[in-house]
Amino acid sequence: MDRTEVRVTGYGGQGVVLISTVIGRAWAVHAGKHAAMIQSFGPEARGSACSATLAMSETEVLYPYVRHPDVLVAMSAEGFELYKDELKDEGVVVYEANLVHPVVKPTQRAYGIPSTQLAEALGRVLVQNVVMLGFFSAITKLVPMEAMREALRHSVPAGTEELNMKAFEKGREYAEKLLAEHAPGAAKT
Amino acid sequence: MRAHYLEASGVRPVPADPRGVLAGTHYLDGDFACGEGAMAAGCRFVAGYPITPSTEIVERIGRRFPFVGGIFIQMEDELASMAAVVGGSWTGTKCMTVTSGPGFSLMMENIGLAAMMETPVVVVDVQRAGPSTGLPTMVGQGDMMQARWGSHGDYGVIALSPRSPQEAFDLTIDAFNLAELYRVPVLMMMDECVGHMTEKVVIPPADQIEIVPRRLTKQSPAEYLPYRADESLVPEMIRAGDGYRFHTTGLTHDERGYPTMTVEAQQVLVRRLVDKIQKNAHKIIRVEEDQTAGADVVVVSYGITSRVAQLGVEMARERGARVGTLRLVVCWPFPEARIRELARVVKAFVVPEINFGQMSLEVERCAAGRAITTGVPHAGGGVHDPEEICRAILEAAR
Repeated sequence: MDRTEVRVTGYGGQGVVLISTVIGRAWAVHAGKHAAMIQSFGPEARGSACSATLAMSETEVLYPYVRHPDVLVAMSAEGFELYKDELKDEGVVVYEANLVHPVVKPTQRAYGIPSTQLAEALGRVLVQNVVMLGFFSAITKLVPMEAMREALRHSVPAGTEELNMKAFEKGREYAEKLLAEHAPGAAKT
Repeated sequence: MRAHYLEASGVRPVPADPRGVLAGTHYLDGDFACGEGAMAAGCRFVAGYPITPSTEIVERIGRRFPFVGGIFIQMEDELASMAAVVGGSWTGTKCMTVTSGPGFSLMMENIGLAAMMETPVVVVDVQRAGPSTGLPTMVGQGDMMQARWGSHGDYGVIALSPRSPQEAFDLTIDAFNLAELYRVPVLMMMDECVGHMTEKVVIPPADQIEIVPRRLTKQSPAEYLPYRADESLVPEMIRAGDGYRFHTTGLTHDERGYPTMTVEAQQVLVRRLVDKIQKNAHKIIRVEEDQTAGADVVVVSYGITSRVAQLGVEMARERGARVGTLRLVVCWPFPEARIRELARVVKAFVVPEINFGQMSLEVERCAAGRAITTGVPHAGGGVHDPEEICRAILEAAR
């Protein structure tokens, strides 16, 4: 991997920054590589569009900003609309399936998960972003799964580790099932 | 390995107070890392007035100080903030204030007071695009000359420029040490990009962090004169309340610290304020060079721009240019001698910076016509396009 760019977008309060921090921390601290994370700073508050970017590399990240992401994580329709055009032609969209209905180029791939619904089923809608994080991890395989788990454990408030890990695994399992269904040779329904 | 400025100073550093050191491997933004650097350096008093993009530094400190044993005061404005840290320092406490462009402008008068009273303090300026209110949340490097010349009159100053959150931590410690060594305000010239960028930051254990303690006099109250310096040009300090007769003022003063309105006193004092940095400049200056030997063009940069410039340099090398880089870790004092030396052997200097030409003026002055100096200006709000830096290099190499 020479350089991979990721943008995470959603509305304020959905945990955009936490997702980005965990991915960056996993890659930079636990996998021993380099990741520069920048959160967008603007007149943003709970409920309005919000985003953060990650530039990930094997070597020092010299240019910290993201111009053409390889992966767009979209947790709100507004965020997707705002950033879809900068996604690489071979880019991947990972999205909240009940909130975002992405139309992508034929060369791009899109994977959806009802992360809010799954988080509700776990008893705390707040962990929606962590379900999404588990989903992102298994879909993109950008960062070793164990590094992700380590980073997540370090990034959540004490006492919430178990719930967060459960949410993460829920997202991961959903992705693996989805990938198996889409895998070549999988039974068509 | 001990830092060059510490080695050269001859002062014996002490290990850091473990209370302020959050040892471990973290994922922090440059602002948080700067705050951690200050606490690791022994800073125990911070006064400031919040301003984007520096606010996270005092947020971090405000949250952690109760556990570290420090005091943070949110002041009414930047004039008061700067005044408070100058006063605080005279208790023997390591002090810092934190701001950005507009606040930095307001601090200028009292930065001059700190220089005149020879008070060790650290001032952090997380540069955003100016002038005036400008782009509060977006990057700039337009305060570099203000850092050097912002307060009226002549005085020496030290300014550092980190290029990553890791350096925001490391250089903040150096800033506190340099302030103690030379009794000057030391300016941490961060930029919004480094301040708001999150990367890996390794904080070593306290016993591996070298701290310069306040250099208190060993003389008796009968012998001590607060502004009498030996050949180091830096007088020893006392703490308010230690029982020494003591006077300090922003007026021109004699060795006792008493106002002395004469040409002679002015000559002695201001000459020393300038000389203590100029004559020790070789001990303070820090640059990082790469492939400058045999280069036709040397790119001089600092802060976030040094990272972006590296990409432009690599592009130019791929196209056959012989390019070296010189990064200013310490911006003031400026590495005059090294630029003069290089000017004799290179064709040109290329100086990208997020302003319309500030440090490039210094490069041009030192090159003195022996080599061309090409600035690559940027108005601010973003970083350079590496391609633009590459083009400037190729043009200069012709």
